[in-house]
Amino acid sequence: MTSATGIGARVVRTEDKRFLTGTGRYVDDLPLARATYAYFLRSPHAHAKIKSIDISAAEKSPGVVNIFTGKDLVDAKVGGLICGWVVKDKNGEPHKSPPHPVMAVDTVRYVGDTVAMVVANSYDEAKDAAEAIRVDYEVLPAIVDLAKAFDKGAPQVHAEAPGNLIYDWEIGVKADVDAAFAKAAHVTKMDIVNNRLIPNAMEPRAAAAEYDKGTGNYTLWSTSQNPHVLRLILSAFVLGIPEHKLRVIAPDVGGGFGSKIFCYADETMVCWAASRVGRPIKWTAERTESFQTDCHGRDHVTHAELALDKDGKFLALKVETIANMGAYLSTFSTAVPTYLYATLLAGQYTTPLIYANVKAAVTHTAPVDAYRGAGRPEATFVIETIVSKAAAELKMDPAELRRKNFIPAEAFPYQTPVALQYDSGNYPPIIDEAMRIADYAGFEARRAEAKSRGKLRGIGFSSYIEACGLAPSQVIGQLGGGVGQWESAQIKFNPTGNVQVITGSHSHGQGHETTFAQLVHDRLGVPMDQIEVVHGDTSTTTFGMGTYGSRSLAVGGSAIMKATDKIIAKGKKIAAHLMEADVADVVFENGTFKVAGTDKAVPLAQAVFAAYVPHNYPLAEIEPGMDENAFYDPANFVYPAGTQICEVEIDPETGIVEVIAHTAVDDFGNIINPMIVEGQVHGGIVQGVGQALFEGAVYDKNTGQLLSGSFMDYTMPRADNFPSFKLGYKVTPCPHNPLGVKGCGEAGAIAAPAAVMNAVHNALAPIGVKHVEMPATPLNVWQSIQGAQRAAAE
Amino acid sequence: MTISVAMTVNGKSVSGKVEARTLLVQFLREHLGMTGTHVGCDTSQCGACVVHVDGQSVKSCTMLAVQAEGAKVTTIEGLAPSADKLHPMQEAFRDNHALQCGFCTPGMVMSAIDMVKRHNYQLDEATVRRELEGNLCRCTGYHNIVKAILAAAPAMKSAGV
Amino acid sequence: MYDFAYHRPKSVADAVALLKGKEEARPMSGGMTLIPTLKQRLAKPSDVVDLGGVKELAGIKVEGGNVVIGAMTKHGDVATSADVKAHIPALADLAGHIGDPQVRNRGTIGGSVANADPAADYPAAVVALNATVTTNTGKHAADGFFKGLFETALGEGEIITSISFPKPEKAAYMKFPNPASRYAMVGVFVAKTASGVRVAVTGAGPSVFRVKAMEEALSKNFSSDAIKDIKVPATDLNSDIHGSAEYRAHLVGVMARRAVDKANK
Repeated sequence: MTSATGIGARVVRTEDKRFLTGTGRYVDDLPLARATYAYFLRSPHAHAKIKSIDISAAEKSPGVVNIFTGKDLVDAKVGGLICGWVVKDKNGEPHKSPPHPVMAVDTVRYVGDTVAMVVANSYDEAKDAAEAIRVDYEVLPAIVDLAKAFDKGAPQVHAEAPGNLIYDWEIGVKADVDAAFAKAAHVTKMDIVNNRLIPNAMEPRAAAAEYDKGTGNYTLWSTSQNPHVLRLILSAFVLGIPEHKLRVIAPDVGGGFGSKIFCYADETMVCWAASRVGRPIKWTAERTESFQTDCHGRDHVTHAELALDKDGKFLALKVETIANMGAYLSTFSTAVPTYLYATLLAGQYTTPLIYANVKAAVTHTAPVDAYRGAGRPEATFVIETIVSKAAAELKMDPAELRRKNFIPAEAFPYQTPVALQYDSGNYPPIIDEAMRIADYAGFEARRAEAKSRGKLRGIGFSSYIEACGLAPSQVIGQLGGGVGQWESAQIKFNPTGNVQVITGSHSHGQGHETTFAQLVHDRLGVPMDQIEVVHGDTSTTTFGMGTYGSRSLAVGGSAIMKATDKIIAKGKKIAAHLMEADVADVVFENGTFKVAGTDKAVPLAQAVFAAYVPHNYPLAEIEPGMDENAFYDPANFVYPAGTQICEVEIDPETGIVEVIAHTAVDDFGNIINPMIVEGQVHGGIVQGVGQALFEGAVYDKNTGQLLSGSFMDYTMPRADNFPSFKLGYKVTPCPHNPLGVKGCGEAGAIAAPAAVMNAVHNALAPIGVKHVEMPATPLNVWQSIQGAQRAAAE
Repeated sequence: MTISVAMTVNGKSVSGKVEARTLLVQFLREHLGMTGTHVGCDTSQCGACVVHVDGQSVKSCTMLAVQAEGAKVTTIEGLAPSADKLHPMQEAFRDNHALQCGFCTPGMVMSAIDMVKRHNYQLDEATVRRELEGNLCRCTGYHNIVKAILAAAPAMKSAGV
Repeated sequence: MYDFAYHRPKSVADAVALLKGKEEARPMSGGMTLIPTLKQRLAKPSDVVDLGGVKELAGIKVEGGNVVIGAMTKHGDVATSADVKAHIPALADLAGHIGDPQVRNRGTIGGSVANADPAADYPAAVVALNATVTTNTGKHAADGFFKGLFETALGEGEIITSISFPKPEKAAYMKFPNPASRYAMVGVFVAKTASGVRVAVTGAGPSVFRVKAMEEALSKNFSSDAIKDIKVPATDLNSDIHGSAEYRAHLVGVMARRAVDKANK
């Protein structure tokens, strides 16, 4: 059915009222009677031996309830934090897996590593007491410079990872690629740094826990994107609390972008300590702690080469990347620069041969893991900047070179040389539409006009593809992933006809309460205000894999569709009974069961009522109740694709880059709520532009101190950094999920960095600047211009 | 040092005993249980904590509770005229999808109302963007927040708020 | 934040008495710097003396050729004051670019000037306009007032009561904000008065400073061309992840030229 609130409608969000009236409930908002408050003492050093920890003075500090150190965890036989994805080295060996203690025992390995937990009657008292803890450190040399991590003599992060190497992984056949390069008419080469980012969801991470002595049950509230996965990790690997005795609740969560997928030390400690303290414990990160301890994103150093024939057809791509893992392997860290990165290196192109070698390094920095896009932005950045560079070198139009190499629409499903099989797509109309919206034809006139004002104007393309909708479980298993990647849904009618839609996905801004309700409304005809979407609580949800990798609609939404199928199937049997008709003759239309060719009709609500009050009901054939569960495991990833075009102006005197216009045309398959999709794209673009122009985690190369450790030093994108965006859509429905949908959550952030940097390079090329690294800050751009001027003078 | 403090919050007289170091936002959240006002940073940058004190937008994380002695404080909880009617700014945020995770939203809305009034209901896109300097959002890319504020300005004027 | 004793005096005299009687007492005006400093536990005052209750300290007056601004006058009030806009529009413009709207609703001119943050905006205006800083004990000329990083000529128990800005013939302020904090990475205030031209730079060094070479050139010819070849040495300028000393030195030139052009508009 279609309606003002069904599939495809711009429905305003159900969840907004509580957020707009201050009645949302985030972890820190929980009123917990008799609560205590935790503060974590963190390492001020990037690398040091802990010679001793003296808590005697701190224990006497006013209001202190308990103090725990790493030794307490060793004594209690608490396990370490885990990395749940085994990546095999090119020799077939599993990656090096150094231990990750929840709290440091004898060595700290990054600024922010957890050293002690103070629990007190108030947060201020806990913090006061933490200052009285005396830790005797023997400071050791630290390695924070990724490019030097494998150098001989570099400080070693873990004895278990000699040479700081976690794995040396490859995909593709190097000899074949080398042979193709030998025959190439042109080779374009690039050295690229993909800058390290700090996620900075606006809600800092937080946790609260209580322990019921009578039942032995734990409840943990966490700012988690995937409460079931957190429970599974804590139960099976870290704390040993049986899964059925641990309830994890992720209530309203203020943004995640990947950083809230992982199992962290602090929430683990809060949960573990709850039974020992005997009172509820609350902890909320200060922003400084978020900077130091949230998993960071990206951080690659890459050399790439693209071989082309004389007509500009891509022959082969060769990529060598060093990826920073930080000091410890976070939950999914190993998969990000391998399976979520190198498998995407075909992009939208027919490049027949691809070889990638990825070496993962440990350094004395915060752990690095998935951040919006996770691997795919890095891959897109490599491909899309090298393609634009090749176009510039060959004096070809960058759109033309792209078009020449696009996978043609008739080639789908398309098997890439790097494992993935793209299910659907049609790329040329996307770039055409983007060029139309961006008025590409008028660009040179705008460039000339800008020049008359002393500004350098540039335009840049980025045609991305991503594999998302994580993921087919069997594929994940073959690649070393430790969990299934299906999603669950439950549709639970109440006797009065209203319905709870219980999903294993988790919304932390994505609007599931609205989009998922639209699906059920559209399919079952239940009014929107009679539908409640429930998520985020392991006690009320069957099981769930949570929200990341643009999977919620493609996988979670598909599970909901499967559950509606079951509801309709059961409803048909009940209706057939009520109408005294054959089930085969019953159809379901607009929320009503009918017998074709008659005026017999049973509204769904009537069938539901009959199921709960089965006075006239085929009890011998079917059970009472209207409550159906479904699990959906996708057949393939989904493959959204699109083109972004960015137009910038650079003030050559100051180096300031201003984004003048930014266009995004995407193919997300079918769209359920365009308003929400647009919002996802806007936010993604800003995070992508943020990476390109503003954001960068900077550690002091000698001391390992985080120099960009607050909003005073880490440049967050603000409203006045942007114009309004121009969006467009093309649709090729996903052929293998029931909704025909692809993912939209990460696309903006995946495509934008290359579009912006290609525009920057395009603007600066006339004055001889060859390369600017991200972020293209005013300082960085100015220095690049100075460098080019010096080079020209020599 | 414990001090008695009294003020008006959303039209109601409230009082309490606080430490001198208690921030206004702590007083609202922890003493009054009004958790609509959020804390997103420690450096007065993010603006999630913006409330109105005597009609002006301020960062309640950068003001002591005792500094609000005798003041009229308005928070996000105090904007809607009734349970089923929103303030025009809240309405515009909803209609324009100007919020996603909702965490920055209370501060955004409070800053936006102050902005509209200071500019006498006359705003353009560039002004709105500049005036949002003290509010960070990580979800929306600001696009729809700007749209919402531009839509709310005339709506506030005609509603007389 | 560490706890402290809190005082809210009603007069300057009471405030001074409270400050003098205590071991580690700190005055607080708008609190826009002090409170974040306390939150980070970078200061541990025994007493905080809140000047917010001292009514005599706020307000803007025009006295002869001077605009006199009370120490507790908020940035937002300076930015929107009809008197300031009429007599020294550059000063109103500067105030309108300090921090963000919420900071401007709380932060005060006296607090900013007394704190002498190297990246604060007001010091550039005080020096370039050759203002007089009036305190409970006397008056300070602008040139000797800022002594260094967070250091002024204010003595123990001395608090700013007002700042008097002579009305210039022409003036303008150009700020290059730090991309992250939006504090001035380089801010240049250029003022042309009957007694000559002053060019004051904030953000670039440990404290506000004048660029004499530019002042001399502009006194002869108040146009951006007159200073286009004057370079400020990078020695002693600040350097951080957002701006090297060389970059700041370069920006001083750019912002100075743009300020002159703005003043001439």
